[in-house]
Amino acid sequence: MSPTGTRSSEVTAPAYPMARECPFRMPDGYDRLRTDGPLSRVTLYDGREVWLASGSAEGRALLLDARLSVDVRHPAFPALTPQFAEQSAGGFTPPLSGVDDPEHALQRRPVIPAFGIRRIAALRPEIERTAEALVDAMLARGDRADLVPAYSLPLACAANLALLGVSEEDGHYIGTRSRRLLSPAAGDEEGAAQRILDEILDRLRAVVARKEQHPGTGLIDELIAGPAAEGGMDRDQLVALCMVLMASGDDSTSSTVAASVFALLAHPEQLERLRGEPESIPGAVDELTRLTSVIDVLPRVATADIEIAGHTIEAGEGVLISLMLMNRDPGAWDDPDALDVGRRAGRHVAFGYGVHQCVGQNLARAVTETALSVLLRRVPTLRLAVPVEQVKANPPYVLQGGMSELPVAW
Amino acid sequence: MDVDGSIEIDADRCIGSATCTRLAPDVFTQDDDGVVELLPGGAAQADGSLVREAALGCPVQAITVRVG
Repeated sequence: MSPTGTRSSEVTAPAYPMARECPFRMPDGYDRLRTDGPLSRVTLYDGREVWLASGSAEGRALLLDARLSVDVRHPAFPALTPQFAEQSAGGFTPPLSGVDDPEHALQRRPVIPAFGIRRIAALRPEIERTAEALVDAMLARGDRADLVPAYSLPLACAANLALLGVSEEDGHYIGTRSRRLLSPAAGDEEGAAQRILDEILDRLRAVVARKEQHPGTGLIDELIAGPAAEGGMDRDQLVALCMVLMASGDDSTSSTVAASVFALLAHPEQLERLRGEPESIPGAVDELTRLTSVIDVLPRVATADIEIAGHTIEAGEGVLISLMLMNRDPGAWDDPDALDVGRRAGRHVAFGYGVHQCVGQNLARAVTETALSVLLRRVPTLRLAVPVEQVKANPPYVLQGGMSELPVAW
Repeated sequence: MDVDGSIEIDADRCIGSATCTRLAPDVFTQDDDGVVELLPGGAAQADGSLVREAALGCPVQAITVRVG
């Protein structure tokens, strides 16, 4: 340690992000953040200190506050990892998630109908057929499987592609690349992110061009016939929007399904309760989504001074809002770290809060509910194939609670 | 703006999260465009605690519940 270093600062502002070991437990270090108060300071990989909001009320207030920006081009925007900083420096601004109102509202409005509850309800039979077919294939192959590649990921991808109106082949090409962008390999050479991004955008341009000639039924077709045809969205904006819609629903939903199944298998009494009352699955999915909070942290940058909880967040400071900590605030939830499938958990913030709240959440819920109900019904003897401690969350990147494997047997 | 007794919704703010339709399905629904609508007569027989929870849970605070 440097004799003239910033020791006191290191003591007060712990390094962040903190790796989550168990997908349904808080990382080591979160207990301290939670007891330190609703707002505390953490240190990013580049040594910069930023605010971290852990309180439920404070996090909601901040996520509703227009003085916090999602614009990654802002020079003070907090990057959680060097890879994220490199992607932002490349100049690509993701539509929806990386754009502030009022521009964001204009992008979001034409996307909302496809994710409305009526349209999602109409998609449920197809999601259920896909889930049944994946279970058929899994059971036919033997008495064990890795649930992520065999079930949760293909199901989440298929549902997303059906909604967007994209073929399986295009979906596979784009999905493998976008997942790599969201969780880049440590050894990726410099410039890899830009190359992968270009490949995705090229392929989506081809998808859009084909659909212009041969319209289909899906959200992308609606965007082509609606805002794009009416001049409200040019080709580049349309393609970038498609990329965000393609990339946002696969890993996040797959990981929520996998983490939910894992949490249930690790809490047999809760699992039994759910098996006895399958009508409780939607409520249980709220609770499992709350507990696992797969997308934990929302980064923002302050564009003006904000007074909150006795602190001043100054203009130009970074703010991280931890959805997992908000979802485990003892002031908002009784016994917050416990899994209770009977809990009324519908007001959780695992999908975010404010105008940027996940646009695909109704689809994500439909997939997670269907995934659980089909799996529990079809594989009644499902169990973990390894000890609970061996099941790990991915290293933190965008999806702090991401899961890429879940070994199960039956 | 849609008003039913003590409940007021601002459909222009609605982002279609369906938080309200799931918490209080007798009071709130969505139209074909995924935007919130009040169900006729729903507010009269609603469980007040569920409506308040829906108002609290609404991610854009598009629901106002007037007391008294």
